[in-house]
Amino acid sequence: MKIAVLSGKGGTGKTFVSVNLAAVAKKSIYLDCDVEEPNGHLFLKPVDEDEKDIKVLIPFVDDRLCNGCKKCVDFCAFNALAHTGTELMIFEKICHSCGGCKLLCPEKALSEKERVIGRIKKGRAGEILVYTGILNPGEASGTMIIDALLEEVKDEKGLIFIDAPPGSACVVMESIKDADYCILVAEPSIFGVHNLEMVHELVELFKKPFGVVLNKCTDKNNPSEVYCMEKGIKILGRIPFSYELGALTSSGEIVVNQHKEYYELFSGLLKEVQDEATAHS
Amino acid sequence: MKIAIPVNDNNLKSGVSASYGRAPYYYIYDEELKDGVFVENLAASDSGGVGVKAAQILVDHSVEVLLTPRLGDHAAAVLKKAEITIKKTSGESVEENLKDYLEGKLESLSEIHAGLHGN
Repeated sequence: MKIAVLSGKGGTGKTFVSVNLAAVAKKSIYLDCDVEEPNGHLFLKPVDEDEKDIKVLIPFVDDRLCNGCKKCVDFCAFNALAHTGTELMIFEKICHSCGGCKLLCPEKALSEKERVIGRIKKGRAGEILVYTGILNPGEASGTMIIDALLEEVKDEKGLIFIDAPPGSACVVMESIKDADYCILVAEPSIFGVHNLEMVHELVELFKKPFGVVLNKCTDKNNPSEVYCMEKGIKILGRIPFSYELGALTSSGEIVVNQHKEYYELFSGLLKEVQDEATAHS
Repeated sequence: MKIAIPVNDNNLKSGVSASYGRAPYYYIYDEELKDGVFVENLAASDSGGVGVKAAQILVDHSVEVLLTPRLGDHAAAVLKKAEITIKKTSGESVEENLKDYLEGKLESLSEIHAGLHGN
């Protein structure tokens, strides 16, 4: 069962929820898809990590064959190519590796070469198998890294927690595409509701079963909770706004390993998530 | 010789656009004909690679000189390869800038910004 954890902005508690759920699940897989700034490893501290490079294919031109017809330039949806009148220029970081230019070139002047855009790591933290995706700085898109991470676990049957990147862009869509269930983490503020709305719209669009975890709850009015009530969205659990949780987390601790109270909170949440996911499967 | 200037709209009064790649139009002035045309910038609404595509538009119109307040690195790479002269505009008036350029008063654009890729 693949469970994706997402939110409309960073710092809401995706990694906090993901690593603590993985910890109470014990035998599980944790996938850090926040490839621009993966930080699940700071909590899980995986050992014996294997690493492999992730490559994409990008075009390169044989200038002797290119006749400057510009079919490739006109075709490219991302504007990665330009022809200066004397030569074809290829902007590798703009290229999305669709391969269309190569297919289209009537002169067969384009071929493809590999380019490393990042890497994935696989390690172990007790019974948790930890995968981390890392996109090299300056690269435009992490979707290929996320794709590689998901490919690694596609035949796994156990519990898999997918820690998604923030927001609702391509990298998030890629992260949730294989998910059986989505957990949306939301903060108790007007801004939090706006971010919740973004991911809510996304999971509806992808027709994924989902529920909300209300993080940083105080005894004051919670606009995200109101939003869930109004929309009839399942609230999976509530995590209190607490100095201790903040302090433990900022020290890189997994809170369920520190206090029975937190262990019970996350065990309850895991059960709720599994029940919901099973009911919708 | 053709001289291009990014402009805010398809009239000379609209002024020089603050952005090269996102300018809605380019005014392309033909020195021989002493007249110019407005060319729509089809790159302006694209999500990425705007500088590259906008540079291609100028190359395709056989532009030899670009007058612009600023320029990103991708666009600059294409324009330089295409041997297009890049000068920095002074003030917002299209006509004043053309006049200044033809009188040799505009300086070369020395600062190429890192681009707003992905933004």
